[in-house]
Formats: sequence, C-alpha cells, structure tokens
Amino acid sequence: MLTIAPELHAEIVAHARADHPDEACGIIAGPVGSDRPERFVPMLNAERSPTFYRFDSTEQLRVWREMDERDEEPVVIYHSHTATEAYPSRTDISYASEPGAHYVLVSTREPDETEFRSFRIAGGAVTEEEVRIAAGAAGPGPE
Amino acid sequence: MAIEVRIPTILRTYTGGAKSVEGSGATLAELFGDLDARHSGLRERLVDDSGLRRFVNVYLNDEDVRFLGGLETPVKDGDTVTVLPAVAGGQR
Repeated sequence: MLTIAPELHAEIVAHARADHPDEACGIIAGPVGSDRPERFVPMLNAERSPTFYRFDSTEQLRVWREMDERDEEPVVIYHSHTATEAYPSRTDISYASEPGAHYVLVSTREPDETEFRSFRIAGGAVTEEEVRIAAGAAGPGPE
Repeated sequence: MAIEVRIPTILRTYTGGAKSVEGSGATLAELFGDLDARHSGLRERLVDDSGLRRFVNVYLNDEDVRFLGGLETPVKDGDTVTVLPAVAGGQR
C-alpha cells in the first residue's frame, strides 16, 4: 500500500495537468528504508512527448546525488499517460529498475477526472496496490 | 589511485553489495572489461553489441558519456564513473 499526504497527491496531479498533452514525470523522495514519500521533485521529460518520457540524464544525476547526501531514496516514481489508462505499459515495465519503489501512474485522458494508481514492478511482474491519501502522512510543511 | 565506479542498488548483486568499486583502463570500454574480471556479469548489464545499453546512464564525473565519446571515452586515475538506471517509459 502507498500512503501519501494529500498535498503530495495534489502536486503530482497538478504537474500531470500542467504538462498535458505531454507526459509528466518525477519522484517523491523519502528517508532510506522509511517507505515515506516526503519531498516532491518534478523532473523534466527529456522526450517532451505525449507517448514517452525519460528523465533528463543530467538532472537525474543531480537529483540522485542530492538524495544520496540526504540519505534519501526515490520512494515514489511517477509519470502520466495522457491518452490511455493509468497502468504500466510494456515499455514502463522493461525500464522499471527500482523494485522497492512505488510506481505511480496518473491518467489525464479525461479532462475532469485524474486517475491515480500505484504499482510495484519487480522482475517484469506488475502488482497494483492500494493508495491511501492520508492527512497527517509525511509531507511538506509542519507536522 | 584508480577509477571509482559508483554502482546503483539494482546492480549491487554483482559487487557483493558494494556501493562503489575500483577499476582501471584507458577508456570506459577497458574499465568495464577490467571490472568484469572481478564482478562477473556486470559488464553485460551495461553494454551490448551496439554499445551502452539504453536502460542505463553512465556519467564520467558530471557528464553523461553519451555526450562525450560513449564507450570510447578516455578515463584516467582519479575519475569517478557513476552508473544510474535510466528512468523512462511510455504509453506503449
């Protein structure tokens, strides 16, 4: 199960809406081993495409180093699908390389409603998990 | 002195869990060959017949080696090579 603060859920949805019809992508970092998404980091989609996304490699190195220094890891890795459902594609599965991360997919294909789902992807297998949006879960701002 | 190579979590099964290993060589290709002698299987996760695998990013110090010389990029003692999994996907 993914437990996420409402503010962070809203940030992901806002980023996906802002970049529509291109795919949006990013991470939420959290302390290593905590499973708590805390720090929202929107990333550039180097492909700037409605059907593909790829983290900009230079930005990724900077963000990954920053996480190392802060003892963080990517707890959530998110991206949007802009014309199809929020479910990992074959390409998504072939690239997934963080078995401990929550892969969040949002779909912006409907203008009024944003589908928001979370998956574990490990060894080519996809397992959907429950998403709990919980006020008071770790997030930006004071506890 | 040697070249430090930082290994991402997903590939640490090849390094006995180590976050970084050391190697030598005049180019990235030679360095990966040298590493493979001690960490068998690692090279194949980084390169295939056509060069660097698209699933990984490799950096020399702060530069993506795709913008340098790819596998032929010269390396030297004191350099740091960082390997990260590429984060990518798409609708299909």
